[in-house]
Amino acid sequence: MPGLLIAAALGLGLSAASPARAQAGEAPPTVSASASAMASSAEGGPRPLRPLTDDIAERIQACTLCHGPQGRATPQGYFPRLAGKPAGYLFNQLQSFRDGRRHHALMAGLLRNMSDDYLREIAGYFAALDVPYPAPAPSGLSAEQQARAERLVLQGDPSRRVPACTACHGPSMAGRQPAIPGLLGLPRDYLVGQLGAWRNGMRRAHAPDCMAGVAKALSTDDVALVASWLAARPAGAHPEPASAERLPLACGGLSP
Amino acid sequence: MTEARQAAAAPMRIFVRGLIGLLIALPLMALLLIAGAWAREAWLGARPIPSEAQAATPASIERGAYLARVANCAGCHSVKGGAPMAGGLPLGTPFGTLFSSNLTPDPETGLGRWSADEFWRAMHHGRSRDGRLLYPAFPYTSYTEMSREDADAIFAWLRQLPPVRQTAPAHQLGWPYRWQTALAVWRLMYFTPGGVPSQDQPGASVTTGGAEADGLALARRGRYLVRAVGHCAECHAPRNRLGALEDAAGLRGGWVGVQGWIAPSLADPHAAGVQDWTEDEIRQWLQSGWSPRAAALGPMADVVAESLQHLSDGDARAMAAYLRGLPREEAQKAAFKPAPPGQLGLGRLVYAKYCADCHGDQGQGRRIGGQPAYPPLAGNRAVTLEAPQNVLQMLAGGGYAPATKAHPRPFGMPPLRQVLSEAEMAAVASMIRQSWGNQASPVTEQDVLRLK
Repeated sequence: MPGLLIAAALGLGLSAASPARAQAGEAPPTVSASASAMASSAEGGPRPLRPLTDDIAERIQACTLCHGPQGRATPQGYFPRLAGKPAGYLFNQLQSFRDGRRHHALMAGLLRNMSDDYLREIAGYFAALDVPYPAPAPSGLSAEQQARAERLVLQGDPSRRVPACTACHGPSMAGRQPAIPGLLGLPRDYLVGQLGAWRNGMRRAHAPDCMAGVAKALSTDDVALVASWLAARPAGAHPEPASAERLPLACGGLSP
Repeated sequence: MTEARQAAAAPMRIFVRGLIGLLIALPLMALLLIAGAWAREAWLGARPIPSEAQAATPASIERGAYLARVANCAGCHSVKGGAPMAGGLPLGTPFGTLFSSNLTPDPETGLGRWSADEFWRAMHHGRSRDGRLLYPAFPYTSYTEMSREDADAIFAWLRQLPPVRQTAPAHQLGWPYRWQTALAVWRLMYFTPGGVPSQDQPGASVTTGGAEADGLALARRGRYLVRAVGHCAECHAPRNRLGALEDAAGLRGGWVGVQGWIAPSLADPHAAGVQDWTEDEIRQWLQSGWSPRAAALGPMADVVAESLQHLSDGDARAMAAYLRGLPREEAQKAAFKPAPPGQLGLGRLVYAKYCADCHGDQGQGRRIGGQPAYPPLAGNRAVTLEAPQNVLQMLAGGGYAPATKAHPRPFGMPPLRQVLSEAEMAAVASMIRQSWGNQASPVTEQDVLRLK
């Protein structure tokens, strides 16, 4: 059942470097497979090269191999969409990969010698992209599972001190400016991987790390249900504007 | 008959006697070697320190901060995201894993109880406060040529850092490497303390002797920065099987720890030698990680970001002058061996799909705003190095040139191991190494699989 699969994904999501190739829905087919297409284009003479511009869009081309053109990776595969996420959230993540609070060998390698200023510019670029979301993946949950997941997401579980996702991530779950991310339009495997990483300390946020507390209070079954449910929701709303409203938990890294 | 038997027995007797002799002689020789090694250590340790410690002043602290940058102490003694200079970084070596020590002034776990003399002894002689011999992963083999004044300045800077209580994990070394006696013998064979107790800013004060004398003084300062403070040889010189540098001053290229990168030869203009660059191009490259000729990538990008971008203009010029003047030694090129046509064909498909948009359809590189944004691969030394590791590392992991004050928004390359198989990576590597006039050895799938 999904439980087993999820247990495996929990482990995979943490290192994510090599399983990524197999799972990457965005990844173009291997070259050998598309050889005939290449050959026919070769018959028509050399194709024109991509025009280059002296701007940040050109400078983040290296990101698009995994995160998709304009950072619009689909819910299939592993890599998260970046487009339209709050800039403060993206900046915190870039910094965390660089400084070892999040672990992904390739991300760390790419970011290791970048300045905060450059990371802020990159975060701002992806945050400002307003590109449509593709249709979500079917959840594959039974009606009973569906109901359990929905209860956790929309009401939380006060007995375990788990607030509703919507309490912080907004009623539309599109996140809140400047630093709370949206939860929709993301691959299920990615969501499972992140909650799993928080459970075992491989992903950390600025202290106090509220999400670590939430993730540790959830069982692996809960993680699987919530991730499947979230990945199957249609996305498209914009993050809520910043507000002074108190969150149900104390969270670090939320002020710019 | 008996005579014949005796004749046959004679070589046997000689053999047995020889064997007994060897069994006695070998341990004796080993004992002598060990006694000699420790006697030398005792003698080195008893030598008087030839100059007085300098008192810490605001100026010496500032100078120490600068020198610590140039020596990139933080490269090993700070962990990303951790407290600065508190140590604990694992350093992989072929002999085991060592952990960098805590240099903050915490009395229990750092340098809190150290004196300037003891710090000088560590830098110059490679001995800890308690007399323990230090492993040469701490590059005292280079720092031994650092002046007393500079060592004192670094110590003065370390002393005023916030103390952090943090014990480094114990080194993980197998026998005999964890045995101090082995280290004493190693030092007997490979380590001689430098003979320069005071060489305060060599060359910096000589500015009135005409252009030629100025040039000499500049190169002397550069030599000091390259050989002592910058310890470039620790990566850029080859090591023998016991980890000792072979002719450090020659800078003929080596391995970067166990990171799987090559530090190419600085003696060879076809590798990383800069004999044909202008002094200004070298200075620009050192301080920004980038010049129209090349970008710093891999572990060298770290060195630029953490250390070299902070060089003063004068010191960058000095290093440039010295590196430019290194004797030129071109490695013998192996006979050209073309890659199999099938592999080159696959390589061309991969290239057209993933590489041409940035590096150009003829490997000519592409420019943005008149400046090279994506480097040419035709005639690119990093591509045609005899060992293919660096080009494979770039293909697999991608990377950005370092973001520096002078070059704050570098362009980057994606990690192609996300989409290419090992065979495809080998094919495109072979193809770029053998196209547009490049003539380097072909790359096999095994080379890619061996990549770290």
